[in-house]
Formats: sequence, C-alpha cells, structure tokens
Amino acid sequence: MHIPDGYLSPSTCATFYLFAATGWYAALKRVKQLLATRAIPLISVFAAFCFVVMMFNVPLPGGTTGHAVGVGIAAIVLGPWGSILAISIALAIQALFFGDGGITTLGANCFNMAIVGSFTAYAVYRMIAANSKLSSRQRVVAAAIAGYVAINASALVTAVELGIQPMLFHDASGTPLYAPYPLHVAIPAMMIGHLTFAGLAEAVISAGMVSYLQRAELSLLRGVSGLAQAPGAMIASASAEDSPRRLSPGRLWWAVACLMLFTPLGILAAGTAWGEWSSADWMNPHTREQIGTASGNHAPPSSVPAGIEKLSTVWTAPFPGYAPRFVKSPGFGYLLSAMFGVGFIVLASLLARLAARKWPGRNSGS
Amino acid sequence: MSRHSFLEATLQGFTRAVSKALQSEHAAAQPGLLQQLDPRVRVLGIFGLVVSVILCRRIEAIAAILLVAIAIAATSRVSLASLAKRVWLVVLGFSGVIALPALFITPGEALATLPALHLSISVQGVRAAVLLVLRVETAATLTTVLVLATAWTHILKALRSLHLPAEIVIMLAMTHRYVFLLIETANQMFESRKSRTVGTLSGAERRKMTARTAGVLLSKSIELSQEVYLAMLSRGFRGEVRLLADFRLKARDYAGLTAFLFTGGLAVWMGR
Repeated sequence: MHIPDGYLSPSTCATFYLFAATGWYAALKRVKQLLATRAIPLISVFAAFCFVVMMFNVPLPGGTTGHAVGVGIAAIVLGPWGSILAISIALAIQALFFGDGGITTLGANCFNMAIVGSFTAYAVYRMIAANSKLSSRQRVVAAAIAGYVAINASALVTAVELGIQPMLFHDASGTPLYAPYPLHVAIPAMMIGHLTFAGLAEAVISAGMVSYLQRAELSLLRGVSGLAQAPGAMIASASAEDSPRRLSPGRLWWAVACLMLFTPLGILAAGTAWGEWSSADWMNPHTREQIGTASGNHAPPSSVPAGIEKLSTVWTAPFPGYAPRFVKSPGFGYLLSAMFGVGFIVLASLLARLAARKWPGRNSGS
Repeated sequence: MSRHSFLEATLQGFTRAVSKALQSEHAAAQPGLLQQLDPRVRVLGIFGLVVSVILCRRIEAIAAILLVAIAIAATSRVSLASLAKRVWLVVLGFSGVIALPALFITPGEALATLPALHLSISVQGVRAAVLLVLRVETAATLTTVLVLATAWTHILKALRSLHLPAEIVIMLAMTHRYVFLLIETANQMFESRKSRTVGTLSGAERRKMTARTAGVLLSKSIELSQEVYLAMLSRGFRGEVRLLADFRLKARDYAGLTAFLFTGGLAVWMGR
C-alpha cells in the first residue's frame, strides 16, 4: 500500500500533502494539548514500535504470511490523533531512510494509512466494543474487525487515488502519464490482496495484541475505555470517553464545507447510476447499452415503461444533473448544487427551530 | 512453507534493515561529491530532482535524469552494484510486474500481437509502462543516493533548516534511534523463542506467538517511553525543542544548488 514516487501526478501529491498536513497539524496540536511534554517521547517510541511491527511476518490461515501496518492497535491504545502521528512518523522513516514508499507520495501514504486508517480503526473499535468490559471477548472481536476494516478502507482510498490518474493525467495520444490502470482495474486489483492477506494480517495482530494486553497489561486498553489515566493512553482517554464529547457546530461546519468541496468527484463516476434512469435514457442507444450491462446483461424493455413516462413529467428539477442550466462547468455546477442543497437544509432547520421555540408546548406535549 | 519460515523471514527482515543502516553510515563517511556539499543543498537538490522526475512527461527527459543520478552516485562513492541490488532490481521486480498488464490493456494503436494468446500490445501501453518504471527507478535511485551519502542526523538538521517543525524533527530523530533498539529487542525475543521451540507449531499457535511478541514489545515500548521522558525531564526538558544547526553555505554549495536546480529545470522544460 506504500505508493512509490512516480505513481501519482504532481497535483495529486500536492493535494494529499495538503490534506495530510492538515491532519498532522490538528493531531500535533491535540496531542501536545493533552500530553504536553510527554507527547514527544511517547509518540516517538510508539512510532518505532509501529515500524518494527510492520516488519513482522504474520502467519495467516493457509500457510502464507502477511505484513500488518499496526494502525489498529495504535488507534486502540493511543486514540486516533496519537495514532495519526505515530503511523505518519513510521511511514516517514520508511520513506526517508529505507526507501519504502516515495517522498513525493508521502502525503498520500500518510493520508491513506495514518489518517483514514486511524479514524476508521478507532470508529469501528468504539462502535463494536461499546461499553463492554475491558477484558471481554467483544473487545478482541472489535479489534480484529477494526484492523480489518481500517486496512481495507486505506486500500480503497489508495486504489481510488491510483485509479483516477489515467482519467486525469494522460498525453495527447491517450498514454497514461502516471499509474496506468483506471478505477475498474485499480480497485479490484488492490482490494483482492487487502480483503484477503493484508486485512487478515492486521486483524490477527490487532486481535492478538488486545487479547494479550487483556491478560498482561490491561491499563494500556483503558485509553479507549476512559476508566483510568494509563501512562500510554492519555491521548485517547482525554479525547474520547472521559467526557463524552459532542461535535461542536464549528467543526460540523468545517466538515460540511470539506464534503462540499469533494462534490465534483461525482463527475469522475463512469456510466449511469443504476435505477436512476430518466425516460430519455431508455431511448438513447448508448445509455440503453449501459443499463443492460449494469443489469446483468438483461436487455431493457424496448420502450419507456409507462409508469416512468407518466411520472417523469410530474416534477422538473431546478438543477437537473446537479448543474443549473446557465452553468457551463460541471465541476462548478456540482459545487453550486452542494451549496444550494446545504443552504436549503440549513434554512429548513432554522425554520423548524424557530417553530419549536414559538410553540414549545406543542413540540414537547405529545 | 516450512513451519518456522515466518520466524526466519522476520529475523531476516530485521537483519536487512540493520545492514541497510550500517551501509548508509559507511557510505556517508566517504569523501564523495555529494558528501562535500552542505546537507541542506543535498536534501533540497535531490528533492528538487525527484519533483522534476514526476513533472517530466517525456521518457527521454526522465532517462537523462536517471543518468545524472547514476553519475552523482558514482562520484559520491556509492557502489553501483549495491544500487543495482538494492534499488534497480527491486523496483524492476515490483513496478515491472505492476506495469506489465498495461502493455495489453491500455487502449490505443496496436504495436504487435501475441498470436498464441490473442493479445495485442499498444503503443500507448508500452509508453505508459516504460514511463512508470523509469519514473520509479529514477526517483528511487535519487532518494537512495541521498540516504547513502548523508548521515541521518544531517538529513534531519537539513529538514529543520528547511522549516519542518522542530517537534516533528525531534520525533523523527528519536523514532530512528529507538527503531534499532526495538529491532534488537524483537530479534532477541524471536531468536529465544526459536531456540526453545521443538517440533512444529500449528497455525493458530504461530499467530498467537507473533501477537504475544508484538504485545510484549508494545509493553516494553510504553515503559521505554516513560523512562525516556523521565530522562529528558531530568536533563532540563521543558517542552521546548532546540536543535543545533551549525551549517554554513560555501561557494561550492551555491554552485551545487545551482547545478541541481538547473538540471531539474532543464529536464522539466525538455520533458514537458
């Protein structure tokens, strides 16, 4: 999953450096705030531990072996912010000192494994472990699933980054300039290996270590449970469960803004969305072919189904195809649609809140 | 796969990492071209060339940078044989295999057909595969030459001079130091376990053993971080990081930086 130099275009590398830098900045700020002077030795030694764990050959069912990243156990013991820093430092040492993974692609590698991996592992572990006892079997299962899902989420993001390269970066003759495989090749090629070997290796290491820590060093698992201030687990305990946190409106706005910026990614999707065909799609030979292919090679009916034809004229969308008619650029149209949609929802929420304040009795009465 | 091969493969991995580090230390101490330059110029110049490799769109321009990288390696007393073993063959094996299907599945003008397999090779496929492999080979050669010709502490100081936050630099330095200590610890644990194991272990036992070793290593790591923290406090650490940066640029450093930037810029211009 370590993308070497040369697989991603300069603009992709720059974009992911920006994403990763945002993650590093937030993580460093958070970890320093929670651990103060303790942060540097803890994160450094934990990064060294992650580096060494990445070298372990994990025996898998069937006699083969695989390598884990250690993101599952890092997120469980350190929490997501500490894990982002530890895994990123380990990846930086691998790239800068051992030549494993590129320098220009370090931002993308850290985004995929450290940021996406840590948050996914932490969220899945918290969701499955819930309020179970620290020594319960449920936590071992949660760790296994968290490690497995985190590695596969990282692999999927990596595959998407690689898969969009030939679409976006090719020369006049159509030669792909960087990673040459489109999404429909890159995603299965990447996911087969991770859904089987790499995902299993991470699951085995995460579950095995949680099981070991339950017997030998339970305090290290308290970071996520928030039952005590364990030496190595203060980051997570303070950030996660000691005081259940609510998502502040400011953060929510930032998250919505980021999601809106990503909306033009929809343009990259090839073909039509299954089941979202308009009556015009049934008459167009090209889209008819796509409908047939997407429906298990079942030929679509020769004419527009009567129900679809009748109901299609009931409502005409103001922004058909996620772009107002006067906007020529599809990317800008997506962004405008996202802003309009979010604005509409916010307005509706404000009106609902206003109504609730005006008639409090009715709101809480029944 | 034999019952103990996962243990041996892990032990071999540890040995390889340590031997790579020793090789770097040895090469960094040689009186070569790169070694004569200020570490900041080396880091900036090589990073600049790596960026120019990914900016170039023509095979010829990337091949020219590869030749420059080989020339830098040869004049910096970096063994070409070790580069071939450590970089060129490894990259060819990895990226070459990844690039191979691109010959057949990249749509475009047909170049040749394999009659037995009914597969045709496209011109665009060949160009895409060559571009990918050449890019990875060139970038990996440049990075490896930099690492071999520069002590890790100098790379870190150079990164700090280039305004990487001090906390990140100190974490990279400490992680690098403790990586070798933890490799040694893990090596000893695996070796002692190997020496005590008689007969064969089942798959489940092997997985349990690996996870337990990782668990013990985690406990030791946390304990170690506590000790390091106390040692830092006892030496007056109050959260502020100061690094010595006693580099001074000389005339040859300016000349070297100009040469790096000119080469990279020329390659990007020729290869646009």
